[in-house]
Amino acid sequence: MDAETSERPAQDILKQWSGRDLSYADKVDADLHHRVSQFLYREAHLQDTHEYDAWEALWTDDAVYWVPANGADTDPEREMSLIYDNRSRIALRVRQLKTGRRHSQTPPSQLARIIGNIELLQSEGEDIGVACNSQIFETNLRGDTMWAARCCYRLRRQNGMLKMAFKKVVLVNNNKPIYTISFLI
Amino acid sequence: MEVGLHSPWEKLIRPGMVHGSLYSDATIFKEELEKIWFKTWVYVGHDSEVPNLNDFVTKSIGPMPVLMVRNQHGEINLLLNRCPHRGNAVCVQDKGNRKSFTCPYHSWTFANDGKLMNYAFPEGYAGTDKSGLGLAKVPRVASYRGFVFASMAQDGPSLEEHLGGARRTLDQACENSPTGELDLSAGFLRHRARANWKFILENECDGYHPAFVHSSIFSVADSAIGSLYGNDAVAVTRGFGNGHTEVDPRPEFRRRDQPMSWFGTTAEKLPEYTAQMKSAYGDKRARQIMIDGMPHVMIFPNLFIAEIQIFVIQPVSAVESIQHVTAIQFKDSPEINRRLRQQTMGSVGPAGFLLADDTEMYERNQRGLEIRSPEYLYLKRGEHRERRDDDGFVVGHSTDDLPSREIWKHYRTLMEAC
Ligand code: FES
Ligand SMILES: [Fe+2]
Repeated sequence: MDAETSERPAQDILKQWSGRDLSYADKVDADLHHRVSQFLYREAHLQDTHEYDAWEALWTDDAVYWVPANGADTDPEREMSLIYDNRSRIALRVRQLKTGRRHSQTPPSQLARIIGNIELLQSEGEDIGVACNSQIFETNLRGDTMWAARCCYRLRRQNGMLKMAFKKVVLVNNNKPIYTISFLI
Repeated sequence: MEVGLHSPWEKLIRPGMVHGSLYSDATIFKEELEKIWFKTWVYVGHDSEVPNLNDFVTKSIGPMPVLMVRNQHGEINLLLNRCPHRGNAVCVQDKGNRKSFTCPYHSWTFANDGKLMNYAFPEGYAGTDKSGLGLAKVPRVASYRGFVFASMAQDGPSLEEHLGGARRTLDQACENSPTGELDLSAGFLRHRARANWKFILENECDGYHPAFVHSSIFSVADSAIGSLYGNDAVAVTRGFGNGHTEVDPRPEFRRRDQPMSWFGTTAEKLPEYTAQMKSAYGDKRARQIMIDGMPHVMIFPNLFIAEIQIFVIQPVSAVESIQHVTAIQFKDSPEINRRLRQQTMGSVGPAGFLLADDTEMYERNQRGLEIRSPEYLYLKRGEHRERRDDDGFVVGHSTDDLPSREIWKHYRTLMEAC
């Protein structure tokens, strides 16, 4: 078999499925890790309990909220993503939910999510890079659904608080057909 | 069966009334596979998904996966991904570029036109004729303006006959591109629904629901489409025959007389695209194309062009379906393409502002059918105001059930055929 007809190198396939290599922090600052964890837990419960305004307030003005499809390492400026929101589209998403007529969230999904494996990444400038996993149990009119994702954040200190400048949610089954996902992931 | 009826279908499908079991019965679903999905023309994929020699992508015909391959000679083949030896998959990638496929089980190797090239330890097959042991190929493949269709039947009507009057809508879509070519290479979102495929099919040209199902997004965002589906709308629904239906909003856009109003914008905001269109078609024709905009057409049974997206409807079982959706882009028009992608990502797919709620409706409809009475769904809206247009096609108000009636009429013809 010649080179053209052979399978792609294994590392390509791994990268496609597991994403860009993340650079984890060499030394973990325990205080920062604690602060970041508290922030992520807070975001998780705001999402679980549909506290839309409080969740929206966690974002910076230049925020990007990205849920890729068909892999972890796609180019959102070229390929379809499940969500690729700038700050104004995040606001629109929240406004739609708040109308009470977003049928896929009326009644709202009942949710419980676990955030785990929280690891600090090497800092990119001022922002704090974080990686974590999230597992979400959803039940709604259709039935029960389990979601699992690897997430990446860039958090920014603003007025003594942490804010989200970037959040990427890689659903581990984003290469497969998936049910509606209209709660905040 | 009632006395005097010619077929069970006559009882299930009455004028303006269809029986609930058509959406949930597993036996009917099996029969649909034989009489529709594995027989008539179905949409498979687009030229632009396999631009280079030896490109391939996994698509489907009904629930069955197929490999769409541009072979070494540039022709598009549809290969069935089942090793003729013992049934293994010869390819598990969604897409790529390969001249051949090697089965991982015993290493039989096939050219990308399906021919068996060689097998491991060939002495064991001494005297065997390889020519009958290639990958199965879909018997009929044809394309129209880059849209590739397939039929699993050896013979039958041609693709052009099948598309009939609906060809105009594919021409219309291509004309919106300055090069005349569309680009569907941005990858698909795959949205699962626990609902029968025909609920999706019938919703695509249903202009009655948007004011209600999508009121949440219409109330918080400017939308170019809300006004097409009001009581006073001048947009029409049309049946082209063969189950193809459209919502034709051109009367409304021609009344507005504003280029790019169909896209919720103006020509001035898209200077590069506007210049490209003028140089491709001349000022006058470009202006008309940009007023009329993209079509909204449901090509039976599975290709839905929703202005700036295409949806491919895939049946999985009587009660499970997948909507594959991607942005339509215009070849070599980066300025407008970014907006086409962004707007698509906002609107459709599992998290879309629009499609999450449409899909919620499909699933609720499906559960509703578990309730025993009334047995029939009621599709008579606008029956009294159907009329014929100048081309002889049946048209109605944009909020009428005309598309559903057209779909069921064709469906019945197909199901009654032996
Ligand atoms: S099953 Fe494919 S080579 Fe044996
Ligand atoms: Fe809709």
